[in-house]
Amino acid sequence: MFLGHAITTQQLYGQLLIGLINGSFYALLSLGLAVIFGMLNIVNFAHGALYMVGAFGAYFLLHGLGLNYWWALIGSPLIVGALGAVIERTLLYRLRGLDPLYGLLLTFGLALVIQGLFQNFYGASGMPYAIPPELSGGRNLGFMFLPNYRAWVIVFSAFVCFSTWFTIEKTKLGAYLRAATENPALVRAFGVNVPRMITLTYGFGVGLAALAGVLAAPINQVRPGMGADIIAVVFAVVVIGGMGSILGSIVTGFVLGVVEGLTKVFYPEASNTVVFVIMAIVLLIKPAGLFGKVA
Amino acid sequence: MEKSHKMSTNPVAAPTNPFTREGREFGVAFLIMLVLIGVAPFVAYPFFVMQALCFALFASAFNLLIGYVGLLSFGHAMFLGSASYVCAHAAKVWGLEPELAILVGVACSAFLGLIAGALSIRSQGIYFAMITVALSQMIYFFCVEAPFTHGEDGIQAVPQGYVFGLIDLSKPTALYLFTAAIFLFGFLAVYRTVNSPFGEILKAIRENEPRAISLGYRVARYKLAAFVLSAALAGLAGATKAIVVQNASLTDVGFAMSGEVVLMTLLGGMGTLYGPVVGALVVVSMQNYLAQYGQWVTVIQGAVFVACVLLFRRGIVGEIGKALKWSI
Repeated sequence: MFLGHAITTQQLYGQLLIGLINGSFYALLSLGLAVIFGMLNIVNFAHGALYMVGAFGAYFLLHGLGLNYWWALIGSPLIVGALGAVIERTLLYRLRGLDPLYGLLLTFGLALVIQGLFQNFYGASGMPYAIPPELSGGRNLGFMFLPNYRAWVIVFSAFVCFSTWFTIEKTKLGAYLRAATENPALVRAFGVNVPRMITLTYGFGVGLAALAGVLAAPINQVRPGMGADIIAVVFAVVVIGGMGSILGSIVTGFVLGVVEGLTKVFYPEASNTVVFVIMAIVLLIKPAGLFGKVA
Repeated sequence: MEKSHKMSTNPVAAPTNPFTREGREFGVAFLIMLVLIGVAPFVAYPFFVMQALCFALFASAFNLLIGYVGLLSFGHAMFLGSASYVCAHAAKVWGLEPELAILVGVACSAFLGLIAGALSIRSQGIYFAMITVALSQMIYFFCVEAPFTHGEDGIQAVPQGYVFGLIDLSKPTALYLFTAAIFLFGFLAVYRTVNSPFGEILKAIRENEPRAISLGYRVARYKLAAFVLSAALAGLAGATKAIVVQNASLTDVGFAMSGEVVLMTLLGGMGTLYGPVVGALVVVSMQNYLAQYGQWVTVIQGAVFVACVLLFRRGIVGEIGKALKWSI
């Protein structure tokens, strides 16, 4: 083998676990991007920044109002979702009918504003956020030690992703959403309030980002730069999965997290670039992405 | 598709002929720019002006894609940064003369442009933008890891050397004239490209790609050629910058830089020849004079982005051109 050092199974499982954790965040973030893209036809560049705001939300709720992790898990996504709805109502709706690239530029500007503000007040360093006492500790699985909090993040993210997919693909509400994506004018004619649906969709999408932020807070520290670091990877995940594909973004998110984790074991130098290399290969073979229909 | 739906709001076609109205207007603006470049080092700090010229060239190269082909690259720093590193390495480690070091840097960014372009131009719009983000991030991490870039330290103390073995670039006047000459060469290259038959086809692709295809143009090849040209000119800006500031660092290849060039072009005016130059000057001045306010610069840049998109999509030069009814 091309490795200079032997790999213990402990190390392998450890990195697999980290990969699954990162994969959960990729899946939640790219799912939010896909939902927003499907409805608004814009790529939300502020997604990473709002993920960061979600993590800070948990921090503020704990240190400002004394509300613990479980409140933050509900409260922070709601606050960020409301913020998103305001952004959609005041700014994004003005761009309807324009080239979707303007949406990308506008949300990029918003990301700069949000991130700059947090960096101003909190600097570049991270702030710790404790693991909730109910989920501290871990269990020995025989082949590895599994911290409870990490298991929770993976299971909970998978549950949220699955519920979102189910709601959009299998329920009546989801049918309205999909119909409004296909033909907004016709759905409006049936008496559905499409503009409100669009606002709520954007709020829900960024709420998912905030949820990922809260989940990440006890694992990675709460840092103003955490969103900027992850957004390029999430874009690559969306490109690989195929734009606008709900299931594609979930599956690709988890799989790429694991691939990244494995790369850290076998060839650490490439762990930061492996997702982008895979993206380049996928683009060569299937320009529309693995689950996408059109480029 | 209606014109208002398209990205570029300044579909200006300035013919090369100096006897037409558009040609005269371009000429007058060009003369004003020449005078300003001549006067600037006596008014402002020359080192600052040289940096501004490098960024103006960078933004002009970027504008070639967004303004005339309608492709928004959100990863153009990969061309600026890689050329900057390669040029710095060639000048310092291989001991090449500055003009050769710059050429090596440009060749490298053009080659990178060929690969990145081949991967991305099959996609359009936001998809294209996201792919360029990811590709440039890959190059960024490559630069973090690769030994020759010296990671966080960057390549420091790059020798300026002698152009053609004769002109000493460590002399401020020589360096200024050298930088100004390269900028003017790049600027006129963009002008010439935009106003050639090739440029007309690019604009046709921007306005209506299916029709360009139905007319028999191999659209993908034209887009790729434009992409490589834009990458090479961005590389020229980066390589020249490495000689001017005597270093190459991760800032030049980072994501923030890709965003800055978008801001410069958007603020100055997409699809105008002078817009990117004006935008680069404004953004570089903003960073220079507001440096003491730290991260507020980022906040202001973001706010300017939002304001540009919502309020004046034509940009500074686009609005001036509209007011004067000039095609500049």
